[in-house]
Amino acid sequence: MIELRALHKTFEKGSEPVEAVRDIDLAIEQGSIVSLIGPSGCGKSTLLHMIAGLYEPTQGMVVYNGKPVVSVNTAVGYMTQKDNLFPWRTVQDNVALPFELAGQPREERRRSAREILKRVGLTGFETRYPSELSGGMRKRASLARMLLYRPETFLLDEPFAALDAQLKLAMHDLLLRLWAADRQTILLVTHDLVEAITLSDRVIVLTQRPARVVLDQPVDLPRPRDVLTVRFTERFKEIYDSLWERLRLEYEEERL
Amino acid sequence: MSSTGGLASSAARIEIAQRPRNRPYAEMSSGRMLLCQTGVGIAILAAWQLVSGRLLDNFFISNPVDVGLRLWAWSVSGYIFVHLWVTFYETMAGFVFGSLIGVLLGIWLGVAVFTSRLLNPFLFGFYALPKIALAPLFVLWFGLGMESKIALSTIIVFFLVFFNTYAGVREVDVDLINSVRLMKGTRLHLLRLVIVPSSMGWIFAGLKISVPYALIGAIVGELIASNRGLGFLVQFAGAEFDTTGVFAVLIVIGLLAIGLNFVVDITQRRLERWKIVSH
Repeated sequence: MIELRALHKTFEKGSEPVEAVRDIDLAIEQGSIVSLIGPSGCGKSTLLHMIAGLYEPTQGMVVYNGKPVVSVNTAVGYMTQKDNLFPWRTVQDNVALPFELAGQPREERRRSAREILKRVGLTGFETRYPSELSGGMRKRASLARMLLYRPETFLLDEPFAALDAQLKLAMHDLLLRLWAADRQTILLVTHDLVEAITLSDRVIVLTQRPARVVLDQPVDLPRPRDVLTVRFTERFKEIYDSLWERLRLEYEEERL
Repeated sequence: MSSTGGLASSAARIEIAQRPRNRPYAEMSSGRMLLCQTGVGIAILAAWQLVSGRLLDNFFISNPVDVGLRLWAWSVSGYIFVHLWVTFYETMAGFVFGSLIGVLLGIWLGVAVFTSRLLNPFLFGFYALPKIALAPLFVLWFGLGMESKIALSTIIVFFLVFFNTYAGVREVDVDLINSVRLMKGTRLHLLRLVIVPSSMGWIFAGLKISVPYALIGAIVGELIASNRGLGFLVQFAGAEFDTTGVFAVLIVIGLLAIGLNFVVDITQRRLERWKIVSH
């Protein structure tokens, strides 16, 4: 359970303070998938940073499983917009890093790394370096790292943005299947409304900066969902329309 | 795509076809270039030999034949190797100590923000001081032997390596640090898996530039006060008005410098191949 209580974040950049997050109250149930959607630069990443304990809130607090988050929250795995791969490590050693930190023997952790790399379609690239991969491949390697070490909560900041349509669907399917087995809590930042509805139990619409919650839409589509067909159901369309109606207002404001 | 590709490749073809006509010498093969370089070398030596005793007094510029004979005699007797070894030893010792202290202190201050802010003015003040000026002090402290030269070489190398290492550590990607912390990495993990490898490029750049400076430190130290080493030899020959001796030692110093640079280049290529340092 992740609780955000009256959360504020203001950055002191130079002389002018920038308010990124304003008064957010949210509770995210254990084992649910929740998407955050909103205009670019609205403070979604700031929110994830606070949940991970990398930013300190200006006011309010983040409570994780009943305990206030005061320093780095090692219960969460955080996939930021940057892939955060180590340029001097091969892909497999990047993916196996969390196991290396845990002291697992080299051959064992490499074997599991190769297995997960196969599932994200990176077979044949295990011993390459990140600089030899395309942006989408690096994203997948970064995702593989998180899927491999299975923290109890995933924070995903636009994890699939750099992927083409087919690959995106394959990754959605992989994520849902792994989630069905492990039931992690997943908090996902995305710009893709279809992706948000396909994956989530709830979609939360945020305003432009400073981010506030304007709509908290439950997604009551039955699970397991077929990522290929769920988007063509009647219920999906209704949810999409109700979200889009609210989101449009935010985007229109942005356009002005 | 095919049309643009065709255009581009035909343009390239035209350029390639024109190049030999326009710049025939610049594109010369390395083998022929080596031949030409040897020619230039011989020409310089010949000019030196011709000018000496005719246009300029042999006393001031000596001549290649005498210098060559002197080097030969020194090599046969083993005289030069004693001094070469002393200078080489001082250079290496200064390099090793200086870089060791430089890397360790650079990492430490790079991580410890408070201490680095505290010591900042002192370090920069010390850095601004021409280290050569410390030579008399080191002779006083460590005597005429190798120790004073090693000390001078060490302090020069230290600053070069220290500032590079420090800059490298400050440049480490905070996001990589954070991702290791989130994966339950300890401080030792951060140091070993993030900070050291990511500053490796900077550290190596510092080590690379400090090799010739280590040699300078050793030689300057010997020039000031010593009884052995190439710096001593050049000083001694100069004091004896032995121009031939001076040129002979200068050539040995030059060869030593070239040798050290060669080792640095080889090391760099190795490190790049192992991805420890990127190009």
